[in-house]
Amino acid sequence: MYPSIHEIQEVIFKESSDGSSLIAALEDIQERFRYIPPEALLLASERFKVPLSQAFAVATFYNAFSLIPKGKHCLSVCMGTACHVRGSPQLLNCLEINLGIHAGDTTHDRMFTLETVNCLGACALGPIVVSDGNYAGHMTQQKTESLLRRIQRSETKEAHG
Amino acid sequence: MVKLAAPEEMKREDLEKLHDSSSESVCISICGGTGCRVFGSEDLYEAFRVEIDRHKDDVNHAVQVKTTGCHGFCEQGALVVIHPSGVMYTGVSKKNVAEIVEKTVLRGEILEDLLFRDPQSGESIVHEADVPFYKHQERLVLNLNGLIDPFVIEEYIAQDGYSSLQTALLDMTPVEIIDAIKTSGLRGRGGAGFPTGIKWELCRQQPGEIKYIICNADEGDPGAYMDRSIMEGNPHRVLEGMIIGAYAMGARQGYVYIRNEYPLAVKHLKQAIAQARDHGYLGQDILGSGFDFDIEIRLGSGAFVCGEETALMASIEGRVGEPRPRPPYPAERGLWGCPTNINNVKSWATVPIILSRGPQWYASIGTETSKGTMIFSLVGNINNTGLVEVPMGISLRDLIFEIGGGIPNGKGFKAAQIGGPSGGCIPAEHLDVPIDYESLNSLGAIMGSGGLVIADEDTCMVDFARYFMTFTQEESCGKCVPCRLGTKVMLDKLEQICAGEGQPGDVEYLVELGEQIKRASLCGLGQTAPNPVLSTIRYFQKEYDAHINEKRCPALTCKNLITYAVIPELCTGCMVCKRNCPSDAIIGEKKEIHTIDPELCTRCGMCVSVCKFDAISVTSR
Repeated sequence: MYPSIHEIQEVIFKESSDGSSLIAALEDIQERFRYIPPEALLLASERFKVPLSQAFAVATFYNAFSLIPKGKHCLSVCMGTACHVRGSPQLLNCLEINLGIHAGDTTHDRMFTLETVNCLGACALGPIVVSDGNYAGHMTQQKTESLLRRIQRSETKEAHG
Repeated sequence: MVKLAAPEEMKREDLEKLHDSSSESVCISICGGTGCRVFGSEDLYEAFRVEIDRHKDDVNHAVQVKTTGCHGFCEQGALVVIHPSGVMYTGVSKKNVAEIVEKTVLRGEILEDLLFRDPQSGESIVHEADVPFYKHQERLVLNLNGLIDPFVIEEYIAQDGYSSLQTALLDMTPVEIIDAIKTSGLRGRGGAGFPTGIKWELCRQQPGEIKYIICNADEGDPGAYMDRSIMEGNPHRVLEGMIIGAYAMGARQGYVYIRNEYPLAVKHLKQAIAQARDHGYLGQDILGSGFDFDIEIRLGSGAFVCGEETALMASIEGRVGEPRPRPPYPAERGLWGCPTNINNVKSWATVPIILSRGPQWYASIGTETSKGTMIFSLVGNINNTGLVEVPMGISLRDLIFEIGGGIPNGKGFKAAQIGGPSGGCIPAEHLDVPIDYESLNSLGAIMGSGGLVIADEDTCMVDFARYFMTFTQEESCGKCVPCRLGTKVMLDKLEQICAGEGQPGDVEYLVELGEQIKRASLCGLGQTAPNPVLSTIRYFQKEYDAHINEKRCPALTCKNLITYAVIPELCTGCMVCKRNCPSDAIIGEKKEIHTIDPELCTRCGMCVSVCKFDAISVTSR
C-alpha cells in the first residue's frame, strides 16, 4: 500500500522545477496517494531546490496535506456556520462515538478517517456529511449513523465475499 | 457531469439551434449547482433528453435541455425552470420528468405539486419571477446563472458576453477604463471595500514591465458561497473582468487562486480558460489589439489565512501562506516583488457589467457611499436559504423577511451574523438599518464577503462566539503573537464560560483583550478575529451574564448547563430513544416509562431527535 520511490518521482517530475510548483506537486501527491510520504518531501526538496525544512513547513501548514496515510473511507463533517447552527456538532459527536476516534484521526484498521471541513459552500443543504466525496445534505444523527452502517456493511460483505 | 461536445466540434446549425430564442422554442433549464446536484439534478439532464426523444413526433417546437449554473434558491432543489414561460418547479426528481414533459412542455399544463409554496402565505407560485425570493432581487452579476450553460462559451457570447472586452480593448484607453471604474463607485467586494478604481490606478502607475493581477477565489468565510456560484455558473464573466483589468493595469499574467474544496468551480474555470484561449480572448494579441495576457489557476490548500492578500501571494509563490506587514502594498511590491493587483471574484465579475451598462448607470444603484449591488448568502435558520443579489442600502428586515421568507418553525429572530469570522452580530433592534459598508461598521459588523447567517431564538450567542473563536484560533497562522496567543486565550475563556466555569470580570477581560488583539495583530485575520465576541457582548451581554453568574444557558445549548429528562406523561415506553442512545444512558423496558441516567448522558440530543412523542425535556441544570 505504500507508494514506491518511482511512483512518487513520476508525480513530482510532472511539475516544472521552480519553487512555486512545490505546493502543486504536493497537491498531486496528496491526491494520488491520499497522504504525503516522507520520501516525497525529500524528493520535492531536491527537485524544487528548497530546503527540506521549507517543504516540511508547507506540508504541515496547509490543511489539505496529511503526513499520515488516510483510511479507505473518508467521512467529513462540515463545520461551517450554517451547518453549525443546524446541528453539525451533534453529527460529529455521533461519528466520534461510533468510530471511537476524534476528528482528524484514522481508525486502527485504516478503514475510516474522520475529518471536519470549514465550509463546503453548500449551506442550503446543511448540516452536511461528505462520505468519500459524496455530499449528503440535511443530515440528522440517525441518518448519519445509517450512512456509516451502510459503508460498514458493504465492507463486511466485501471481506466475506 | 453532463458531457457536451466542445464548441469547436459543434456544427454551425447546432449552434444556431442552441441560440434559437424564437417564441416557438422551449428551453428546460436544470440547475446544476452544487446544491441541486446533491438533490440529484445530474440525472435529470439525461432523463429529460430521453423523454423528449420519446415524444419527438409530438413536439412541434424545438426543445432544448440544458444544465445551468446555480439558480440561487438552493433550499428548493432540484430546480427546473421552463423558458420562455418561466414556470419553475422545485424539488424535481427523475420520477417527475415524464409528467413534466407530457403535461407542461407538450400541453402547457401546470403541475401543482411541484410548484413553490410560499411558507408565509401558503400560496403556490407558478413563475420564477413571481417568487418572493427572486422578486425583490436585482440580479446583475447573477443574472445569467440560471440561463446559460457555463460549459459553452457561445452561450455567454450570445448574451453579449465578451462585448465589454471588445469595447475596452478596441475603443478605450487603459486610463479611460480606470476612470470608468472610478466613476462607477465600485468598492472591493472581498470585504474591506477599498475603491477598485483607485486600486487599479495605483497599480497602473507603478514603474516596471512585469505586473500581475490575481483573482481571489479563496472563499474561506464559512457560510459564504457566492464566489463558488459565480465561478460555477458563469466563469467567463470573471475571466472577462480580469482581462479588462489586466489591459487597464498593464499586466501580462493573471492568477485565479481558488479553494480546492470547490471541485466543480475549478473544473468549470479550467474549461472556461481553455475555451477563452481557443476563441482568442486569452493568449497573444487578444482580438487583434496587440495585447497579450494569460490566466493560470492556483489551488488553495485549505488555509483560511490565504484569503489575506499578502498570504495569498506567498502561497502562489509556493511558500507557507503567512502574511507580511503592509506597506508595501501589493500594488507596489506584490507577487515576486512586482506590482500586483488583487480583487475578489465578485469585483472582477462586476467589471464587464459596468462597461456595458455604463459607469453612471451603475453608480445610480445603491447608496451615497456604497454603489451597485451586493450578493449575500442567506443561510442558517431561515426559510429560503440561497444566494440573493440586492441593491446596496436594502434593510436587513427586507432581506430576511421579504426575500428570505423569515425564520422556520415559527421561531423568533435573534441575530444576523454578517461578515463571517471577521464580522459581527446584528440584533433585532437594528433590523431596519440600510446595509452599506459604513452603517455595518458602525454596528460592529462588516460587509465581509456577504455571508449572512441567521440565528433563531434557540441559538446561544456565547456558544456562537465560541464557535467563531474556535475557527479563527485554528486558522491563525501563528506568525504574530497577538493573534496566535490572544485568540487562544479568548477561546479558553469562552470555553470556560460555556462550561459554567466563568468568573465575574470575564466579560471585561474579553473586551480588553479583544481590543488589544485588534490593534496589535499583523493582518486582517487577527485584526478582526475578536469581532464576533465583541459584538455578541455588545448586544447580548445578558446571555454572558446568565452563563457566568447563574450558570445557566438561556438558549439551552451549552451542554454543561443543561439536563435531559423523560416527561413521564408523554412517554409511551416505545424504546426508540433507548435503542438510539449512543451512551446507553436510557433505562426502561417496553411499555414502561423510561428514565435518563444523568451520569451517563452526554447530552448529545439523539433522544430528542428520535422521539416521536416530544417526551424528552431539556432544562437548565
